[in-house]
Amino acid sequence: MSGLFKEVQDQPAADVPTRRVSITVNGQKRVVEVEPRLLLAHLLRQGLGLTGTHTGCDTTSCGACTVLFDGTPIKSCTMLGVQADGHEITTVEGLAGPSELHPIQEGFKDEHGLQCGFCTPGMMLAAKALLEENPDPTEDEIRWALSGNLCRCTGYQNIVKSVLWAAKKLQPQDAASSTGAPS
Amino acid sequence: MYPSRFRYEAPRSIDEAIALLQDGGGEAKVLAGGQSLVPLLKLRFAAPELLVDINSLPGLAYHKVDADGTIRVGALCRHADLERSTVLAERQPTMAAVAPLVADPIVRNRGTLVGSLCHADPQGDWASVVTALGGYVVAQGPGGRRNIPIAEFVTGPFQNALGYDEVAVEAVIPAPKGTPAGGYLKLERRVGDFATVGTAVAVDLKGATVTRAGIALTGVGGSTIDATDAAQALVGGPLTADRIDHAADLAAQAARPRTDHRGSAEYKRQIVRTFVKRILTRVHESTERAA
Repeated sequence: MSGLFKEVQDQPAADVPTRRVSITVNGQKRVVEVEPRLLLAHLLRQGLGLTGTHTGCDTTSCGACTVLFDGTPIKSCTMLGVQADGHEITTVEGLAGPSELHPIQEGFKDEHGLQCGFCTPGMMLAAKALLEENPDPTEDEIRWALSGNLCRCTGYQNIVKSVLWAAKKLQPQDAASSTGAPS
Repeated sequence: MYPSRFRYEAPRSIDEAIALLQDGGGEAKVLAGGQSLVPLLKLRFAAPELLVDINSLPGLAYHKVDADGTIRVGALCRHADLERSTVLAERQPTMAAVAPLVADPIVRNRGTLVGSLCHADPQGDWASVVTALGGYVVAQGPGGRRNIPIAEFVTGPFQNALGYDEVAVEAVIPAPKGTPAGGYLKLERRVGDFATVGTAVAVDLKGATVTRAGIALTGVGGSTIDATDAAQALVGGPLTADRIDHAADLAAQAARPRTDHRGSAEYKRQIVRTFVKRILTRVHESTERAA
């Protein structure tokens, strides 16, 4: 796999058309030269070393490779790297602050929202988009929003609890205190 | 999985896109949402020489209702836009019903209605809904625009009637002949799976009388099935229990299901009957309540 990315970078021969792509990844501008057939998931993983984006099924089914594309969750195995030109990508590496975890990450830690952890980055990014659109979701709304992300450990119960935990934590302080938010 | 090599262009205007397709001479493919095309590229079922990405084209992300009730959906309108649409919720219940059932929420953020029609998967949900509503696709090529009725647009499994230098720019649902009602029901093993059975029912009502009807079936034949006899049986009268049962029976007869890992042929036929009856009964009950 790493061979392909090298080939793209080292071999800009006439028969391998490459394109220069400028992407903002986790707030940082990255300029890369890619072959158009390189998938965004592989660009992130092999090209930029952001291996938190997992590739599970490679067939647009599992959602492990979910990243945020201009804030919207998409499956990065089903988009070309060149399509991200001029756009903003958030991967799981972009969730935590310099010294503290993102509340969604805290929630997954606190509520045991992961077992093997393979689906977790995609789950958390889908959850982030949900909470931005709907800060106070019901359990059903969470299940609906995460229905494109599969957990082979079948740990859905705690994943839903983790997102509920994060929703409470993310609510403004005064509202949070009256609903018994986690401290 | 890696696609074969291809050239990639992201034109900024529809004329530029058409010129690129002309240059491609049949070896080019249009990329919109990519939720069907990219998997096909990865499996190398499709290996175009040129990919024309239309996502940068301006003015195609819309869906809107004309003054007469005609609904227009642009080529870059995503399933998620239609799922969240208040316009559809108020004006077109069959479309509003299917939007949240297409694929899964993350795929819906990218995939498009027009792209689904172009992909012409026999198990596509939108094709049934557009068939039940008597819709058409607007194709734009070097000679201008033409309208292609959905029945002519889909020419076979994964095949459409577009010329190699044409872009499908819009799907259109004609104005209703009364108050539109209906729904879409889908049986799937899990979210994101193809339909075991999908049933689109669209009726227009004047008072209690059905003025137009369309019923189309997903997943129970080699292509989308337009159950015209079942729909015709509803036109000209009210949605009585007898008429609903009759239409449901005719729809079940129109189905051509095959026994597979999703269920037996007999089971799928029974689901068609149940779904048609369920949708029409709900329509009847809500019109009764409103009256």
